[in-house]
Amino acid sequence: MMNDQFDLIIEPGRTGKNYWRDLWRFRELFYILSWRDIKVRYKQTVIGVAWSIMRPLLTMLIFSFVFGKLAKLPSEGEAPYSIMVFAALLPWQFFSNSITESSNSLIGNANLISKVYFPRLIIPASSVITSFIDFIISFVIMVCIMVYYRFVPSLNILWIPLFVILSFLASLGTGLWLTTMNVKYRDFRHIVPFIVQLGLYISPVGFSSSVVPDKWKLLYSLNPLVGIIDGFRWCILGGGSDIYIPGLIISVSVILLIVVYSVFHFRKMEKSFADII
Amino acid sequence: MNKEVINIENISKSYLIGHETKESFITFRDVVAKTARQTFQKTKGLLKGDQLIAGNQIEEFWALKDISLNVNKGERLGIIGGNGAGKSTLLKILSRITEPTKGRVKISGRIASLLEVGTGFHPELSGRENIFLNGAILGMNRLEIKKKFDEIVDFSGVEKFLDTPVKRYSSGMYVRLAFAVAAHLEPEILLVDEVLAVGDAEFQKKCLGKMQDVSEGGRTVIFVSHNMQALRQLCTRSILLSAGNLIMDDFTPKVIDNYLQAHRNVFESKSMDEIINSLPPDPVFRFVEIKIIQDNQPVYSVVENGKPLEIEVKYQVFKKTSGLEVYFDLIDDQGVVLFRSFHDEDNDGIPTMEEGVYVSIAEIPADILAPISYELKILATIYNVRTFYPNGISIPLDVVRTGKTNRAYLSEPIIGKLAPFIKWDTLKIN
Repeated sequence: MMNDQFDLIIEPGRTGKNYWRDLWRFRELFYILSWRDIKVRYKQTVIGVAWSIMRPLLTMLIFSFVFGKLAKLPSEGEAPYSIMVFAALLPWQFFSNSITESSNSLIGNANLISKVYFPRLIIPASSVITSFIDFIISFVIMVCIMVYYRFVPSLNILWIPLFVILSFLASLGTGLWLTTMNVKYRDFRHIVPFIVQLGLYISPVGFSSSVVPDKWKLLYSLNPLVGIIDGFRWCILGGGSDIYIPGLIISVSVILLIVVYSVFHFRKMEKSFADII
Repeated sequence: MNKEVINIENISKSYLIGHETKESFITFRDVVAKTARQTFQKTKGLLKGDQLIAGNQIEEFWALKDISLNVNKGERLGIIGGNGAGKSTLLKILSRITEPTKGRVKISGRIASLLEVGTGFHPELSGRENIFLNGAILGMNRLEIKKKFDEIVDFSGVEKFLDTPVKRYSSGMYVRLAFAVAAHLEPEILLVDEVLAVGDAEFQKKCLGKMQDVSEGGRTVIFVSHNMQALRQLCTRSILLSAGNLIMDDFTPKVIDNYLQAHRNVFESKSMDEIINSLPPDPVFRFVEIKIIQDNQPVYSVVENGKPLEIEVKYQVFKKTSGLEVYFDLIDDQGVVLFRSFHDEDNDGIPTMEEGVYVSIAEIPADILAPISYELKILATIYNVRTFYPNGISIPLDVVRTGKTNRAYLSEPIIGKLAPFIKWDTLKIN
């Protein structure tokens, strides 16, 4: 029997060459699953979608108050402290929401995994997309705050898409790895909240990375969020904030490494998900 | 039309399962030592990337062993087998949900699987939203769904509740909507697992009809079911799986016969003997042996209603007794006695039995029983004196529908606790 008569071959250990084609064929599922998550999230709440505005706004107020007013940490350049905090909160919240949601996404959709086939990558990826929509909402809020303070950003703002893509990749990469591990070892479900909590303190969210001594800066940049957050601040706050190029390169390399490794790892594990979930 | 669309070569699938050995940990120290050892081993496993399995003995379990099979375009193949035979595992491998451990499958054409109705339905979303969600999960794109939306709604019959969250649906409505979406998939190969087991009669009929339409359109259907009638109606060819092995691959009626036959061989005569021997001795009467026979073979539990059934009771009478009767009750699944029948009922007077060993055989004719579960209770009594064993001996009977009753409408369930075949005459008079 000639093989080319068949367009799908299932064998142990075979990584289907149709995978990326399937991913394209199921592209609408990215959108539909994130739409479902958003739609469901605010069901049976009183203020509904307003929560997605309240959450980042309240966090920003608390941070500005605690770090800016109580701890009296310096802002960067001329920018109001709230804007400096918010510029960092944007990528941080995107990242932390993404990894929290996507690390539980496969387990949360176990019924789908054990009953239908589609490229599994879609599930964690659509969790990241859901968080990205929150990110866009937060972004709009920040624009409003900038208008309130009559703060005009510099031309650096044109670079922002680059950092958005970077934060997207960092979120997807980390989320993929965590969710893969979570399928096998549910310990990760308990680890993720710690990563998020700790990450908030070791990333320059509530404070400026200028408070980190120069000799530690390169090491500090191993945390991929450092490069992203500094980048966001540099874009939004403009000249008052300097971008540290060697650190940025390290952060970007770390992000790319995480993404490549996670996708590879995910693809390898994917076929046994239905058996061990 | 003899184009091969599925080619399965020697596939096997194994799972690792764990057992807990029976050990009694009495002291606290033992428990701590065991927990510590297990945590250490699990951590080692985590670093190596091993799967976590509960229990301290791990066994490899083969759900499928060396299955080879070809399916041609437009064919409707049934898969028959008891629980744990590997039917669902086979479908899961074909639909790429899980990977085989060994072997190779080649498939040509777009494949869709329906292992469960309503996969991915979200209870908080409305019917309308769930149609789009479910459709996308099953592999339809939005345009396709939009095009078929009205048809889907029409088929499901829930148009009034389209904007209600499905958590408020009755289970029937839920299933109807879910099947409606799935029924409008247009794959070249459709894998269906036991979905007919849900929903009411009308819905089942609709599903069966839809599946027939699907395959008449030249598409291939692989169908797993416990519903022998549906299989007989839908599939020309079937395979029989048992404990992961492919036992038979033939025309559906042959395979069904073989399957029912195999079930009968599980006759646990030993346990029946045990029951009889455990009864307290009586100076007058003793059961010797009880058998249920169909097709000249002892059967256990599963019987067909299209064939006569014999109840054979062997017993010993120790003293000459008059009015000694052996009888049985046929009890339905709700505990209602449907009828009682005595071994000596067709007599002019009360007969007397001499001492000796007797065998009484009662024949329940074909086309009396309904396809439900009954309890058959065998008892013995001396008229107006006493019943030897008031609880009798209970034998479960699971009846499979193969009879004549309403044979024209096989997907229609049989209403009632009995299904006698009644002779009808219909004449055209005008």
